[in-house]
Amino acid sequence: MSTNSNCDSILDSEFLPMRAKILELAASLDRIQRQDEIYEADTRWSQLHRAMEMLLDHQSDRAEFVQLLFSRPYDDNWRETMDLTR
Amino acid sequence: MYYVDPHIHMVSRTTDDYLTLAKMGCVAVSEPAFWAGYDRGSVDGFRDYFHQLTSFEPGRAAGYGIQHYTWLCINAKEAENVALSREVVAMIPEFLDRPGVLGIGEIGLNKNTPNEATIFLEHVDLALKTDEQILIHTPHLEDKYQGTRMILDMLTGDSRVDRTRVLVDHVEEHTIGHVLDEGFWAGMTLYPISKCTPARAADMVERFGAERLLVNSAGDWGPSKPTAVPDFIFEMRRRGHTEQLIRRVVYENPLEFFSQSRNFDFKPPEIPEASFSD
Repeated sequence: MSTNSNCDSILDSEFLPMRAKILELAASLDRIQRQDEIYEADTRWSQLHRAMEMLLDHQSDRAEFVQLLFSRPYDDNWRETMDLTR
Repeated sequence: MYYVDPHIHMVSRTTDDYLTLAKMGCVAVSEPAFWAGYDRGSVDGFRDYFHQLTSFEPGRAAGYGIQHYTWLCINAKEAENVALSREVVAMIPEFLDRPGVLGIGEIGLNKNTPNEATIFLEHVDLALKTDEQILIHTPHLEDKYQGTRMILDMLTGDSRVDRTRVLVDHVEEHTIGHVLDEGFWAGMTLYPISKCTPARAADMVERFGAERLLVNSAGDWGPSKPTAVPDFIFEMRRRGHTEQLIRRVVYENPLEFFSQSRNFDFKPPEIPEASFSD
């Protein structure tokens, strides 16, 4: 589905909010590094790193890929695993 | 623009919120039973809650010209108490013929445990035996994808389920496609600090279209915004989408879905929409 907005106007409207969000993210990363001595051993830290890499890696569907990164895996044999075979 | 909020927990909101919703164009709400913020201790606690949902709350809404509908269940968070859950499921039919009761909900999963799945299936069985519609809660954050897939497995594994009478709520970018592809209705829940924003909901409309898609505020006792649906309307207008498309998502779709319930007796607003907007 297309919108009536063109690419220029979308970038116009998104640029400042995105700039602000990136600054917030940068400040959060600095805050963690300044105050948390064990952050690098935390799996959430590497998860955040992978998420940030995804933002530049994927051509589209970034939101979906990031959501999946932060999701527990789905096992289609879950009924057997849970002994719930109804 | 008139709109319907298909998922909002008004028992948690003040009467001032009803006034604000009415001023914003809300003409009807549907309120699923949910977790009170603590685990209730007895079936009578739920009986009192269902009484509130089916008698007091519709009256409070009517004072502001808003039609109130509801769904009944025990929430997934309380399903670990299987014995109490079964007492509640057995008691629900006492209320199913009350005006405004649209079906069983919001049932679903929370942490995706065997007990939650067991009670979910027993709710679904009740809905099918009583010919009720179903409203589904999907888990949040890291549990959403796994839980949504499990819920879809359970629903599609029961040949009695009419998918056009089931709404799966709280969909996000990684679950919406699965829900719509299986033929269910999907609801996007707008929240200030988690779930989905109005902008991301508009993105999903642009990507998936408006068919079988709803948007709601979930306004509850936590950080939430009962006027989130008007925020979505504003975002869609800002992007240049037509009034026809927006109206389909926020007004016509919920009415089409709810009209499959025998207790849905919606009366369109007497004031023409154009007059209201003026």
